[in-house]
Amino acid sequence: MELKSGIPVERTLKPYLIGLMLAVILTAIPFGLVATGALPRETALVAIAALALVQILVHLRFFLHIDLKTAPRENLVALAFAAVLICIMVGGSLWIMFDLYHRMMV
Amino acid sequence: MSSAATMSVSTRDTERYEEKDFGFWLYLMSDAVIFACLFATYLVMVGNAAGGPVPKDVFSLNRAAAETALLLLSSTTFGIAAVSLWAGDRSKVLLWLAITFLLGAGFIALEFSEFSGMIAKGAGPDRSGFLSAFFTLVGTHGLHVSVGLVWILVMIGQVFAKGLTAPVASRLMRLGLFWHFLDIIWVVIFSVVYLPGLL
Repeated sequence: MELKSGIPVERTLKPYLIGLMLAVILTAIPFGLVATGALPRETALVAIAALALVQILVHLRFFLHIDLKTAPRENLVALAFAAVLICIMVGGSLWIMFDLYHRMMV
Repeated sequence: MSSAATMSVSTRDTERYEEKDFGFWLYLMSDAVIFACLFATYLVMVGNAAGGPVPKDVFSLNRAAAETALLLLSSTTFGIAAVSLWAGDRSKVLLWLAITFLLGAGFIALEFSEFSGMIAKGAGPDRSGFLSAFFTLVGTHGLHVSVGLVWILVMIGQVFAKGLTAPVASRLMRLGLFWHFLDIIWVVIFSVVYLPGLL
């Protein structure tokens, strides 16, 4: 394999199959929680959010091949920056809007 | 016969492709920020049904599960196309791209029937703040998937006409990033929109 270019990067089937298996499990649990109503609402919401976070990491690792060692540094920096922006914007919007909502309810 | 193994690429070209990959990655990150804003809007608006249908009335767990399965499978079949690309197997690349296209088209068909069913029942985007935010968020994702489908068709045409040349392979890798990225957005959609709405 005398390919100097980073493109196409070597791809094997294994990570995709591992990713699929983990994603199926991580999807089946929250759907099952909603279908059966096994947990109280608050607990179930936390579980759904936590499983979604894990599944995002699984997709990044096994489908997008983001790896802290081999992925280009600037890609990781951009990803981290986007994550910070998203936290500020989503967290900030919800904080402001729900605070406003509660103040107007009084 | 063109194969990834026999393809020779100059260092200058390699650098160019790496720059394109990085540029495309930056686009994906900014797209993620757009989706984050739409998610924040949805979370603010979801309680504002204006006396109209609430999430429980309009969502279906089975349809959301079917859409999830189609998109997840299509992500995996795209992965198999990427593996075939590395192996330099042109006909397999075409086959798996075609399967990915069909799965993605199935997803869009389901979403289309969901949207048109909701609009027919009077639960269109003009009904309430909740529904405006829902159609904007899920519709933007569906629009991305539709663009991805067109892109897959274009790449099938390019692989068919040009073979697995370095530029074609480079484009296929970026299409892969785009396609897997849309699957991540969908994970957030079913976790934020459908499952809490049906809980």
